[in-house]
Amino acid sequence: MSADCLRQEYVVSGNNFASAGSASEEVKSTLKKLGVSSADIRRVAIAMYEGEINMVIHAGGGVATVDIYLDRIEIVLADKGKGIENVELAMTPGWSTAPEDIRALGFGAGMGLPNMKKYTDKFEIESEVGVGTTVKMTIYFH
Amino acid sequence: MTVNNLADLLNAKIVNLADGERELSTGYCGDFLSFVMGKAPADCAWFTVMSNVNVCAVATLADCGAVVLCEGVTPDDALVEKVRLQDVNMLMTDYDAYTAATLTAGRFK
Ligand SMILES: Nc1ncnc2c1ncn2[C@@H]1O[C@H](COP(=O)(O)OP(=O)(O)OP(=O)(O)O)[C@@H](O)[C@H]1O
Ligand SMILES: [Mg+2]
Repeated sequence: MSADCLRQEYVVSGNNFASAGSASEEVKSTLKKLGVSSADIRRVAIAMYEGEINMVIHAGGGVATVDIYLDRIEIVLADKGKGIENVELAMTPGWSTAPEDIRALGFGAGMGLPNMKKYTDKFEIESEVGVGTTVKMTIYFH
Repeated sequence: MTVNNLADLLNAKIVNLADGERELSTGYCGDFLSFVMGKAPADCAWFTVMSNVNVCAVATLADCGAVVLCEGVTPDDALVEKVRLQDVNMLMTDYDAYTAATLTAGRFK
């Protein structure tokens, strides 16, 4: 982190749907105040919400660290959840382990990770079973 | 077509009207939230039967112009509270999503 970057950190609590998305909502309003275009804000908001909700549903919560620069935003979502056994498989559109009660809420299409990749300029995911998952995303502003 | 026009066309009940004059770009039908986020265009009217609190987060973050709850579905209390707080336009109609779509098709600019 350097002086020309604004850092924000959010604790995302697990299995709490009332507050799920609040970190993404705050980042959205920060970017709005900074004058970032609505198309770029939309990409950031969707990618971050998908990551946030994955931590809520699949990992029992985690931490989102957001660095905002003049030309880009870097988002790191880190959790100490159960991890992903096969990341390549998890990235496949339609693949999901979401249980029935979570599907009833509208989650579990298996499209969250593909959306995160689609809406970001850089997307990295590292995961270890029993240790946790870290997702790093960068979006450049136009 | 504005949110007010949409409400008239669908004989809709108002859950929350934050900006009735907001111009809608097109429509999108879907219930899986990640399909909506991956495919629904900004400023669209989103037709769905999902009625839990997460609908508000999706509508806000994906910049939906209005949410239309179809089939006479009523929103959870937590959802009503959140759309009011976050200024999301939300309507309720007795039509199913297909009928609502056919009634509004061709009317978006
Ligand atoms: N942070 C995480 N910790 C553990 N497992 C995860 C995590 N993120 C994703 N997964 C695993 O990867 C799968 C695919 O994730 P993805 O977000 O694409 O779909 P989903 O969350 O199941 O459904 P959707 O995002 O469409 O609501 C999940 O079902 C889960 O098994
Ligand atoms: Mg997901």
